[in-house]
This record gives sequence, C-alpha cells and structure tokens, in this order.
Amino acid sequence: MQPVLRTEHVTMRFGGVMAVGDLNIELFPHEIVAIIGPNGAGKTTAFNLITGVYVPTEGKVFFAPGGEGGKLVDITGKKADAITRMGMARTFQNIRLFKSQTVYENILIGQHLHVKAGLFASVSGIARKEEQEMRRRADELLELLGLSRVRDELCTSLPYGLQRRLEIARALATNPTLLLLDEPAAGMNPQETVELTAFIHDVKEQFNLTVLMIEHHMDLVMDISDRIYVLDFGQTIAAGTPAEIQNNDRVIEAYLGGNTDA
Amino acid sequence: MKNEIKGAREKREFVLSVISLLLMAALVAMAQFDLLPIVGKYEKQVLNLCAIYTILGLSMNLVNGFTGLFSLGQAGFMAIGAYTTSLLIMAPETKDRVFYLEPIHPFVGALQAPFWVALLLSGLLAAVVAFFIGFPVLRLRGDYLAIATLGFAEIIRIIFLNTQTVTNGSMGIKAIPPTANLFWCFGAAALMVLFMLRLIHSTYGRAFKAIRDDEIAAEAMGINLFRHKMYAFILSAFMAGVGGGLMASVVSAITPNLFRFTLAYDILLIVVLGGMGSITGTVVAAFVITIAKEWLRWLDAGFTAGPLKVPEIPGLRMVVFSVLLMCIILFYRQGFFGSKEFSWKGLAALPKNLGIKIRRLFSRDKKEAA
Ligand SMILES: Nc1ncnc2c1ncn2[C@@H]1O[C@H](COP(=O)(O)OP(=O)(O)O)[C@@H](O)[C@H]1O
Ligand SMILES: [Mg+2]
Repeated sequence: MQPVLRTEHVTMRFGGVMAVGDLNIELFPHEIVAIIGPNGAGKTTAFNLITGVYVPTEGKVFFAPGGEGGKLVDITGKKADAITRMGMARTFQNIRLFKSQTVYENILIGQHLHVKAGLFASVSGIARKEEQEMRRRADELLELLGLSRVRDELCTSLPYGLQRRLEIARALATNPTLLLLDEPAAGMNPQETVELTAFIHDVKEQFNLTVLMIEHHMDLVMDISDRIYVLDFGQTIAAGTPAEIQNNDRVIEAYLGGNTDA
Repeated sequence: MKNEIKGAREKREFVLSVISLLLMAALVAMAQFDLLPIVGKYEKQVLNLCAIYTILGLSMNLVNGFTGLFSLGQAGFMAIGAYTTSLLIMAPETKDRVFYLEPIHPFVGALQAPFWVALLLSGLLAAVVAFFIGFPVLRLRGDYLAIATLGFAEIIRIIFLNTQTVTNGSMGIKAIPPTANLFWCFGAAALMVLFMLRLIHSTYGRAFKAIRDDEIAAEAMGINLFRHKMYAFILSAFMAGVGGGLMASVVSAITPNLFRFTLAYDILLIVVLGGMGSITGTVVAAFVITIAKEWLRWLDAGFTAGPLKVPEIPGLRMVVFSVLLMCIILFYRQGFFGSKEFSWKGLAALPKNLGIKIRRLFSRDKKEAA
C-alpha cells in the first residue's frame, strides 16, 4: 500500500540543539499513529516540520494530497497554509482558537480556504450562495460533533474539554485527509479522556481520515493507535504496534529512567 | 421560540437604525441647503471634516483594528489622494496660475476629470502604491511594520516636495475647487461604512480577524497571510486616498507638510477612542474628536482662567490631544465600543450599565480604604 505521509531523514537544529534528528516515519491510509516520548523529545517540533511551520535543516517531507491512492509529492519548504490546502490539518498543544470569535465563526474561518468567490463578489453579495453553503456546512459540522448547543458562545467561554473539541472541529472544517493532533487529551481528567478516545475514533471513521497524534495518556495511546513511534532527545528510539512498544526495553528505560511527565 | 424572540429583536434594531439613518440624511440635506439655522458656513466645514475623518478612521481600523497590523502610513496615501483629486478637478488656467514659479508639466496641466472620477482615481492610485509598498513591508511584524509604513509615508511626502512640476513643491496647491460639500462627504462616508460592515461580515472579514487573533492558527487554517494582509492594506489605502481627495477639496489648499506622519496619530486617536475593531465606534469617535478639536481652538489662542493667564501657545490643543491619547491607552483601552458595534439595546441598557460601573468603582474604593 502507498503511504499518505513520509518523512525522510528529517532533522531540525535550533542553534546547537538538535530538536529532531533523522526522523523517518510513514503513515498509511486510515491508520491512527501515535508519537510518544518525554517532554522536550521533539514531538511538537516534528509536527511543525510536517505542517510547514518550520523548514527542516535536513531531510524531506512527502505527502499525498488526494489522501488514499494519491501520489506522494515533496512538500518540504512549502508554507503552512499551502500544506493545509493540500488536505493536512492540525491542532495545537496550547489551544489556539480565534479568541474574539464565536464557536460558529471559528468553524466558518476553517472553511475560508475553500472559498472561490473573490473579495468583491463576497462583499457585494454576488457570492451569497457560497456563503450560505458555508454556513450550512458549519451547522452540520457542529451538529455532528455535538457543539450545536454552544454555537453562538464566545469560544474562550467554553470549558476546556469543549475548546479542545472545537479545535478538532475547526481542523475538520478545512476538509483534511490527514489530521494531526498535538496532545488532544492534555489537561483532561480520566472520564474526559475516555470520551475523547471515542470521539477521535468516531471522527476518523466518519471523515475517512488518517490520524497522527502526539499523546501522553498511555491508556488512550494503547487503546486507539495502530502503530506508535517513540521519540527521545529528538531520536526515534522505537517504532511498532502498541504491544511491541509496551515490551520494548529502550522505551521502558526512556520512560522510567528519564523524567516521566506523562 | 427563542429564534422568534431573536428575530423580533433584530428587526427592531434594523427598523430603529433605518429610521435614524433617514433622519440623519434629512438633517444633512437640510444643512446643505442652509435650512438649519445653527449650521453656518463654519459648522458645515467642521461637519465635512467629521465625515472625512470617519473615512480615514475606518481606513486605519481595517488594518490596525480588524487585521491586527500596526500600520501608520495613512498620511502618505492621503497625500496621493489629495494631489490626484486637486490636479484633476482644477481648471487648466487655474493650475497655470498656481504653478507660477515653475510651470506645470503640460500633461498634468491638461488633465481634467469630474469630481467622482477624481475621487475614484485618488483611491485607486493610493491602492496601487500600497500594493507595491506592501511587498516589502507586509512581511514585517509589529513595531517593524509601523516604522516601515511611517517611513514610506515620509518618502511619499518628500517625493511630493521635490516634484515641482507636478506638485508645485513646498508651495503646494491653492485654489482647489470646493466641490466637496456635505452630500459628497457624507455620501462617501456612508458608502465606506456600508462597505466596511459588509466586508467585516463576509468570509474575508472573518479571515482578517482570524489573522489578528492568531497568525499561526490562521495559517494552519489554510489562510494565506500575506495575501490577506495585502487585501486589507490595499483597501485601507483606497479609503485613505478617497479621504485625502475629499480633504483637499474641503480645505482648498494643500502642501506636502499637511501630510506629515503626525497625521497618523490624529487618526489613531479616533480609532483607539472608538474602539479597535468597531466600525460604529470609529464613526462616533471621528465626530467627537473632530468637533472637540475645533471647539478647543480657544486653547491655542490663549485664555484666562481666574487668576491664571495663559498666553497664546500655538499647538497647546495638540498637547491636550496627545495627553488624551495616552490616557485612553493607559486607562480606557477598550475605547467607546471595544470591538463591539453600536446597538439600540446597548444604548437602552447604557444608564443601567453605567450605574453598575460607577457603583463598582465606589465599592472598590471602600474596600481599598478598609
Ligand atoms: N523555536 C524553537 N527554538 C529553539 N528551540 C526550540 C524551538 N522549538 C523547540 N525547541 C527545542 O526543541 C526541543 C524539543 O521541543 P518540542 O518539540 O516542543 O518537544 P515536545 O513537544 O516533545 O515536548 C526542546 O529542547 C525545545 O526547547
Ligand atoms: Mg509538545
């Protein structure tokens, strides 16, 4: 099978610090893959390298814009917005919602990249059809993800768990084939984490996605991941199925020997 | 049920707004035809400036308030508009008379256009210049952008100062036809308000606000930052250009020194007082500031307050305004409206809210004293 994402020898140095070294990961359609590792291991940096926030010091990133069956293209050095338009969407470790906007408006902004109408067509009302379609889709998405009740609330007034959910909903509004989640369960209690696990699983099925996820909650990771990559000090120290990872000596050492912030 | 109540409320807001707008339009028309005894020639001039500053305030609010870019280049775009309009609406003979030191370039001297075409071209020319300036400066962030835009505004002014055969250099242009009356100024301002309202509620307006709220998240949503900043910058320059054109016709004489970068602070004062990201706030503040500035002219002329004798100090007025700007930024950062818009419901609730605010102020004092 063709992968939908591949990184080849991706390396990122910040001054003398090698945040990510020789990262080689592959994602296949409809997988849920997790990246785990202690704090500062380079997980978020890896996300930033894949999504175009950073340009790798070395190495290349390939992505299949069409999703399953699409041809891999080199996206190294492409801008973040261009990569999102190819079908890759993400959430952030520290929630980054549009804080002056309502829940509904956050979703609408997520759809802006698909707008065909130019500025004047949009302002004059010539493109009213497209705007109506956007609004209809936003409502549909909110309904589907259980956010209809808070549709017109300011996004920052939502409880933490719902803000995380909204950030995922906003990413889905861009119509991605690959979804990257940076610590979606951070700050959640066990009950909320269980709910989120089910939520991610449902979303993946409903939207026909491939998911790459950074997570610390081991229950969640072991429960829904098909495969896991383990990072420590920027290096990939292990890769495999949840069962393989659980019995891997180096992983146990990294987690028990290093600082376990999970 | 809930939706019905909401619908009824929206309808009431709409009806009240339409009625008051019609009322205002009628008042403007009466003022123009000298049917209002309190509005003489001088008052008309002040009202014209109010409308023009509304346009300039909106122009700056679009970039600074809605898109979150710290741009201070307004004066440059206004200058482009002011000179374009002046040269297009003046009769060739008048231009020959004004350019007595060094004759006007024959091509520019022969150019002529109706007022509305001149205003449109003023806006378009400012927009074109903004497009080219935008390439280098819109890649900058925060303070750097402010400095770069200020710099470009100064460059435009210096160019105008030195292109004698087109701008008449430091002597400026006089005898600009006073075509801009209340209809023109209020008409243009109304169009700009309408455009802004529609823009901000369109998908592009939402994208601008997304960039203001969080650039990284906006980019992650597939929004091309540079392109959208450019849209805002160009539209803002267009408005400033039109505002400059109207201004030239209202004040009838312009020199490059009229467009020093300090002009940006006057406009910034309006935007901040009205509320960054509030269209109605800008409109209200433009009127308040412009009228206050005229009213405070007695400060410059010297005055006696009881035993205190203040001599004539030109510019004292502006000192007062600078202090005002500082006070707003320090203590009243939200301005009149914050990023909200005027609503009749809000107006009705104003006495109650003010009461709550004042009571809170006093109760806090008591607590601190205790
Ligand atoms: N923009 C940056 N500049 C300098 N150093 C950075 C930057 N981003 C991350 N780092 C460093 O890279 C390392 C990995 O960070 P990060 O990817 O955030 O780790 P994780 O997400 O696994 O906790 C850390 O040592 C961090 O300090
Ligand atoms: Mg991280």
